[in-house]
Amino acid sequence: MSDCHADSSTSIPVLIVREKMPLIALAGQPNVGKSTLFNLLTGLNQHVGNWPGKTVERREGSFTFDDHQFGLVDLPGTYSLTANSPEEVIAREFILREQPDIVVAVVNAASLERSLYLVAELVTLPAPVIVALNMMDVAEHEGIHVESEVLEAALGIPVVPMTATRTTGTHELLRIICKTLDGDLSNHTRQPEIRADHLAILKETSQIIAGYVPDPYPGEWVALKLLEGDAEITHLMQGALPEEKGQAINNLLRQHDDALLAVASGRYEWIERMVRAAVVRPKKGQISWTNQIDVLATHPIGGLLLLAGILGLVFWLTFTVGSPLQNWLDTRLVGGLSNWMSQLLVVYPFWLKGLIVDGILGGAGAVITFLPIMVIFFAAFGLLEDTGYMARAAYVMDNLMHMMGLHGKSFLPLFLGFGCNVPAIMGTRVIDSKPARFLTILIAPLVPCTARMAVVAFLAPAFFGPKALLVSWSLILLSMLILVLSGTLLNKIIFKGQRSAFIMEMPLYHLPNIRTIGLLVWQRSLSFIKKAGSTILAMAVAVWVLSVLPNGDLGSSYLVQFGKWAAPVGQWMGLDWRLTVALITSFPAKENVIATMGVLFGSSPNADLAQMLTATYSTASALSFLVVTMLFIPCMATVAVIRQETNSWGWTLLSIGLFLVISIAAGSIVYHLALFLRL
Amino acid sequence: MSVKQISLAELPVDEQATIVHFSNGLAETNRLVSLGFTPGVEIDMTQNYGRGPLIVTVRGARVALGRREANKIIVERRTEK
Repeated sequence: MSDCHADSSTSIPVLIVREKMPLIALAGQPNVGKSTLFNLLTGLNQHVGNWPGKTVERREGSFTFDDHQFGLVDLPGTYSLTANSPEEVIAREFILREQPDIVVAVVNAASLERSLYLVAELVTLPAPVIVALNMMDVAEHEGIHVESEVLEAALGIPVVPMTATRTTGTHELLRIICKTLDGDLSNHTRQPEIRADHLAILKETSQIIAGYVPDPYPGEWVALKLLEGDAEITHLMQGALPEEKGQAINNLLRQHDDALLAVASGRYEWIERMVRAAVVRPKKGQISWTNQIDVLATHPIGGLLLLAGILGLVFWLTFTVGSPLQNWLDTRLVGGLSNWMSQLLVVYPFWLKGLIVDGILGGAGAVITFLPIMVIFFAAFGLLEDTGYMARAAYVMDNLMHMMGLHGKSFLPLFLGFGCNVPAIMGTRVIDSKPARFLTILIAPLVPCTARMAVVAFLAPAFFGPKALLVSWSLILLSMLILVLSGTLLNKIIFKGQRSAFIMEMPLYHLPNIRTIGLLVWQRSLSFIKKAGSTILAMAVAVWVLSVLPNGDLGSSYLVQFGKWAAPVGQWMGLDWRLTVALITSFPAKENVIATMGVLFGSSPNADLAQMLTATYSTASALSFLVVTMLFIPCMATVAVIRQETNSWGWTLLSIGLFLVISIAAGSIVYHLALFLRL
Repeated sequence: MSVKQISLAELPVDEQATIVHFSNGLAETNRLVSLGFTPGVEIDMTQNYGRGPLIVTVRGARVALGRREANKIIVERRTEK
């Protein structure tokens, strides 16, 4: 439902949950346990969607305390509130426009100085702030001791020590929230000031813009953001100021392009004053377990071996637990249901049975049988992220990924693609730069998934006998080669060679929180079933309709007519109309290739099919067909999540077009090369 | 105690230095600043194999940097005598 708000402006529509109940916003940097706290407070009373017009995840929910209901919004995790990416803009626009009754700033006690940086920004906005001093256990483990009362006295706003993973401190946090709402607590802090040498410039800026700052922005705050070079605010003020004032601001900012550092230094000076008395640091030389694990996990070679081991384990789990479960669901649940429905509907017209059994159940079956593998991947992904290992995997893979203009963080989602492209594309959410994320989404379907490998595993022995293994390996290598090539090229063409800087926090390791991971798996699976599921179902029905109209059999259907019409294109690749149709039907699910061939060759036992294929097609055609199958348009589940994750049909169509071009080009080249070499 | 200015990428493991300045373009500077990098701050080299990315500790938090990013940060190395 939130999809309907195709709102391109930065304003954020009023929440659904806000009906007279107090609204609380959770703010915090990444890796401070903000999501854990959000999950703890709301449980399953939460809704996950996207921020309007953005691809950033939006989570909101409600909880009850002391017979009162509260609305809770999880703002995107950001290190600051300066517009580097959509996340910062969303967080600050929400606080300024929606005016939450309280902002709970979650900070990490183990890296207090750094995580208070966001608090130094939050206290300048017009909403009461409460500091949730989280991860006290991790801090103690690192030998860092934080005196929360001292910090509270220094800050002048409430500070609640807590360990969200062990649910300690949440009751006290809720109590403080209630007291603040009742006006029983003072909420005043001395605000950070710009470094002394830039005070005059800040004053001058404030004077120039005075009277021209649009609502709801505070004047002083806008002046600071201008000095910080914030792109959004600069743009806003260029529109709001009369020309000569705009010029004056431009000149001033140009002369003081180091003002950003002065503003930031001012904030850290404020932080240092706050934490000086409150934090007792460990003596130098103490070795924490993060250091011990990192000796291996971030080692240039050891780290790669560890990563390979972990990924091997994930795939082992997928194949020993996921695949059998997937088979069981496919044959027993979906198959059983189809049989039962077929018998039940036998007295009705054939089209009703076909529509329900082949169209709807077929589509729903595709969604359901995907689930076991998705759950395993989401859980593994959640575990790696929650423990802090994900950053290490990105770190050791950074060099290799950079060749494609990608970030180390792109590696894991891409690798997941070997299992299934769907979680791979959903997994790109860990990549924080939008160009890098979209580039990863575009090339992710080039990673051959298990379904495509299954098709190859059937066809390669049929066509090539003893050379099947060699052919299969060559196909995988070819896919990888094309992945690297298209990644490099797309980065140059579409993203103008933009290279996102590699600056990434390496969080301390901590024990995973089952609740956080469980909810992540639940939400991702649910959003896949709800959003992608409906798209898949619609496509399955459409494909079925095309395969029976107008006469009720595949042989004379529109689908086959289309295949015959497209056969000239197929001929470039050495494919006849039957192979072309098989290729087209691989869109609902890649496994369909074999089933379609079975129907078109009028044979059901697979052994016969293999013999007929060998007899019918030349080596060149067979080779070309396998290459095209590997590189063709991703399956409709993948297309559906590409649409869901990019939130744009434009990117989705670009992706489809890209794979059409790549597969046809590669197929033609391989076919003609094979003919030339007289294979 | 003598001081010497080098790029952060050249700082060996387990040595400390103070950031003198960095100019990495607005977006990158913003990101560095929000992760704790400011002129005058003390920085610890946690991992540096001489090639590839490196890890530093700044304001009590570990941050990974690409070599290219680290090359643009000028630090003052402290060598105790």
